[in-house]
Amino acid sequence: MQVRIDSTLQLLLNAGHLDYNEYDNRYGIYLARPVSVRHALLALLSEGPKYGLRLQQEFEERTGEVWPLNVGQVYITLQRLERDGLVESDDAGGAGPQKKFVITQAGDAELAGWLRVPAGDIPPPRDELVIKILTSLRVPGVDVLDILQVHRRHMIELMQRYWRLKAQAAEDDIGLALVADAELYRLEGVVRWLDAAQARLKLHPAPGPAGPPAAAVSEPARRPGAGVQR
Amino acid sequence: MTATLELREVSKVYGTGSAKVQALQQVSLSVDAGELVAIMGPSGSGKSSLLTIAGSLEEPTSGQVLIGGTDLSGYSANDQAKLRRRLIGYVFQDFNLLAGLTVAENVTLPLELDGVGMKAARSMGMKALSELGIAERAGRFPDELSGGERQRVAIARAVVGDRQLLLADEPTGALDSVNGEAIMRLLLAACQRGVAGVIVTHDAQFASCADRVVFLRDGRVIDQTRTPPGPESLLTPGPRQ
Repeated sequence: MQVRIDSTLQLLLNAGHLDYNEYDNRYGIYLARPVSVRHALLALLSEGPKYGLRLQQEFEERTGEVWPLNVGQVYITLQRLERDGLVESDDAGGAGPQKKFVITQAGDAELAGWLRVPAGDIPPPRDELVIKILTSLRVPGVDVLDILQVHRRHMIELMQRYWRLKAQAAEDDIGLALVADAELYRLEGVVRWLDAAQARLKLHPAPGPAGPPAAAVSEPARRPGAGVQR
Repeated sequence: MTATLELREVSKVYGTGSAKVQALQQVSLSVDAGELVAIMGPSGSGKSSLLTIAGSLEEPTSGQVLIGGTDLSGYSANDQAKLRRRLIGYVFQDFNLLAGLTVAENVTLPLELDGVGMKAARSMGMKALSELGIAERAGRFPDELSGGERQRVAIARAVVGDRQLLLADEPTGALDSVNGEAIMRLLLAACQRGVAGVIVTHDAQFASCADRVVFLRDGRVIDQTRTPPGPESLLTPGPRQ
């Protein structure tokens, strides 16, 4: 089971770092952002009291060692959690690695609240794929349909990889299936947007690189409509 | 190795004069045994024409369609129908099961039409139903089954016997995502047992489970997926930003 959890977390962590992440969208930004160590430690403590060293080991185990965390960072975070009343320490152990930590009621509430806070639902500052398509409308000699297709194929190839991952996973590996589904639905959304863009451009061809459509364009392929209909 | 399905520069034109529609233009496509290929494209891109021509339900205006290396157009209409029944199975969005026949009868009907004895047909039908995980429903009628179960029966009917080519037109179109995924897994498994499969779908989720995705636009094949790296690469840390 440990291996499965590790794979799932590793997949989640890597999702923001794939070679495909030139599509800089809000999801990518969200995944690429370091996950809260503070809340990860609270989650580990919600299972029961633990020593600082044990917390550091479990943290690394569960992220498949993709996310190294030095023990100093763990203790600094624990001190802050203690200062904020979210954890308590067992003073009997004294300072250092023998100190045992336990989550408080306030810590439980903080963790429960964090789990329910919408993640990354703020509007994206920019979506690189949208910008690429918008830009391609203005670049002379570029067929926007070809650009749309390059990205569509790219997305489908990535979806194929997630499908295979899901197909090869054990049937009861729900964690991995949920992560793969999340990526599949996100990528499907991108493909749907590409399809919608194609349909829209077919109905309303782009004006071309220099403002008013045909006037500024001499080559036949740039006549209104001709650029998007073969 | 001979491809199970091969389209050689297939074109299809409907109508004449101002009503002329060029549905397919010089389409070449090859699908091997054991391979599932998905065809994607916007409405009017020629997906359905490609499927009906691949299944020899329609003749191309020009070009050749070979099933297991054989061009069916050289045969009489009667022999073509027989070969079609023996070699090709079809799956449709709305299942197309015969309401008055049981599940087992629906599946064995094409075999019996080909002269296979009732006992042998029954045995082959039950094998196909077992592979689709629905053998226990053999005695039921289609209207007693859920949508997902009906599509399983339709797939069993499409692969029963010695079928070599499985053609599916939006097979998940009437199903929810969970049942749709189950159907795609079954289609994939059927192909892995040695059948060549072609599905037409507008759904990127389901297309992506195919071994290869071919993209159509305005009747032409414009692109197809390359063999992607294995999914294990998703579990390897990439470069940090």
